[in-house]
Amino acid sequence: MTYRHVVGPKTHVFADLAALMAKATPLRSGDRLAGIAAESAEEGMAARWCLSEVPLSEILAKPLIPYEEDDVTRLILDTHDAVAFKEIAHLTVGDFREFLIKASSETLARISPGITPEIAAAVSKIMRHQDLILVARKCRVVTKFRNTIGLPGRLSVRLQPNHPTDDAAGITAAIVDGLSYGCGDAVIGLNPASDSVSTLGGLLHLFDDLIQRLAIPTQGCILTHVTTTLEAMNRGLPVDLVFQSIAGTQKANASFGVTLPILKEAHEAALALKRGTVGDNCMYFETGQGSALSANAHHGIDQQTLEARAYAVARPFRPLLVNTVVGFIGPEYLYDGREIIRAGLEDHFCGKLMGLPLGCDVCYTNHAEADQNDMDTLLTLLGAAGCTFVMGIPGADDVMLNYQSTSFHDSLYVREVLGLKRAPEFEAWLEQIGLTDRDGALLPEGPSARLIAAAPGLSDRKGIAA
Amino acid sequence: MSAEDPTMDDAAIDPWARLSRLTPARIGLGRAGTGMPTIEVLRFGLAHAQARDAVHTPMDAAEVASGIEALGYPTLVLDSAAPDRATYLRRPDLGRTLGEDSAKILAERPSEPVDLAIVVADGLSARAVHEGAAGFLAAFKAHIDKAGWSVAPVVVARQGRVALGDGIGAALKARAVAVLIGERPGLSSPDSLGIYLTLDPRVGRSDAERNCISNVRPAGLSHDLAAFKLDWLLREAFVRGITGVNLKDGSGPALEPPPRQQALEDGSDTASRT
Repeated sequence: MTYRHVVGPKTHVFADLAALMAKATPLRSGDRLAGIAAESAEEGMAARWCLSEVPLSEILAKPLIPYEEDDVTRLILDTHDAVAFKEIAHLTVGDFREFLIKASSETLARISPGITPEIAAAVSKIMRHQDLILVARKCRVVTKFRNTIGLPGRLSVRLQPNHPTDDAAGITAAIVDGLSYGCGDAVIGLNPASDSVSTLGGLLHLFDDLIQRLAIPTQGCILTHVTTTLEAMNRGLPVDLVFQSIAGTQKANASFGVTLPILKEAHEAALALKRGTVGDNCMYFETGQGSALSANAHHGIDQQTLEARAYAVARPFRPLLVNTVVGFIGPEYLYDGREIIRAGLEDHFCGKLMGLPLGCDVCYTNHAEADQNDMDTLLTLLGAAGCTFVMGIPGADDVMLNYQSTSFHDSLYVREVLGLKRAPEFEAWLEQIGLTDRDGALLPEGPSARLIAAAPGLSDRKGIAA
Repeated sequence: MSAEDPTMDDAAIDPWARLSRLTPARIGLGRAGTGMPTIEVLRFGLAHAQARDAVHTPMDAAEVASGIEALGYPTLVLDSAAPDRATYLRRPDLGRTLGEDSAKILAERPSEPVDLAIVVADGLSARAVHEGAAGFLAAFKAHIDKAGWSVAPVVVARQGRVALGDGIGAALKARAVAVLIGERPGLSSPDSLGIYLTLDPRVGRSDAERNCISNVRPAGLSHDLAAFKLDWLLREAFVRGITGVNLKDGSGPALEPPPRQQALEDGSDTASRT
């Protein structure tokens, strides 16, 4: 079915819902690369106007990728909560924007299972940054493993201690550095350079030992392929969280070497380990706009809608953390700071609306038109939006993946400016070991020497006094 | 923490100075309140500036070509279909395709089959090419001479990506193509050259059909070692009839460089961090 919108003497025609949604998307290089972006500013606004008049029930009834062709579509439709949807079924996209701005946290939680990724993406396309921030901030998504993540007024940090050769002492040094800034309550999560199970086994033991020895109320994760983590679990290695990169189409997931049954198998294996102490959310997913196009698996759908579909892949697994790695993939998908900032806010909004614990790797590569000032802007906006977690990387410089993100210092900045606290269990631990005061502020003479002393491989001394 | 705590002595001799030697990561930076010390803000800014310059400084193709000719290789300067850097960054497909004029030059050029075509492309760091391409080719020349491989004129390609070598290699009737290309610059590695080897080059080859030697730069893999590896891969490729994921680099554990996370190619094809 074609869509039309008249502006003065001109009738803008959109071939189908996918084309309408693509052209309604605020401009970005990835949609241009795919040849589906609006060709003029007026066409973009005409598409947004036209989209605002589309009923939500019509979006639900018209899957962008046919049910028969794609297991993500099947997952979305088979798990759709018709009862939750009933409350919003009569609305158009434009009405829905107003509904969301007015809705309470309770209402948003109630309708969340009725919101498909296409509905979330559609409404986000007609929302300004302030709408995306306002609504996301009201969404309450709380997850638990060894601590409680996502409570109002709190922001967690993934401590990312990457090292170019997976050197145990180098990784440990970066972890201790991050802990001394009070980072690591979301997860201590390493992107390993190696993918051999034996190397990963050493790293898993390193993380487990460190977390146990210091009695840190947090979880560790080695971000390797799900099949490798499955193998690690089969060998009895200490796996807290199962990691996997996911995307919004079956074909794109296949390019990552992942299927829904593999994810299910890994989820069940991790649940059976029962390593969580306060909860059993044990999956960690990463996503990012452009991944489907880069795998030539985008079906003519815009990258922001496909990103929201990736959240539908994550949803049934009740993940502890979902991370949109927003500027990692490069300028052919998000060209500059402006496009990265917009995408970060959209992703966070769509994920939260769908009930997921969305965090954001606020980041860019050196060939994107962006710099640390753009990251400051996005970090501040996401802090205001109630983002679940961000990255903490030494000096914001990832020396293994070669990109820039947010630093340990950046997390201190955003906490001070917006009054954001850490996960409560982690916060209590920091105070107990003497690193922070009662308000969570770092003390001038923190116990970093004791952290070093207690860290395996950095010193002969064992134990921590706390 | 009490003053009697014995570990306080460690702090007095700055344990972070010791820990910083364990990793190239920016640890132990200290802080000014919640912020970074000024010196670290400046260091980061300078590193980013150098990485940006590496991406945006145009390759001086004539200079690169003359450096290569001085080694005794004839050269040919060509352009991809990307007219400028801004387009190149947005349209990786154009960087993988020869421009119209360049395609014509190649098509009209009579060529006999050769063992190897070599393409030197700016990729995402002209600096890597300016500083490293001739040095690497000088080191590799000894291997070519020893093996007796026939080599097509070295193509110096502006606004090129790795796959540009596929069409060039095919047009030059080469059994294999080696693409020397400026890698996506990291904050501390603006000068890193990557070398991609593809057997039986033709348009449409996938990245899984290539072997990569990454991180060729003074602080990384040396020219001699990189040349040794390319020699090994090329010999194996000719014997086994493959390049890519099924041809593992077995050039000797003793010669292994530090492992790298992933080929940092020209940055265009990495969607996932796993």
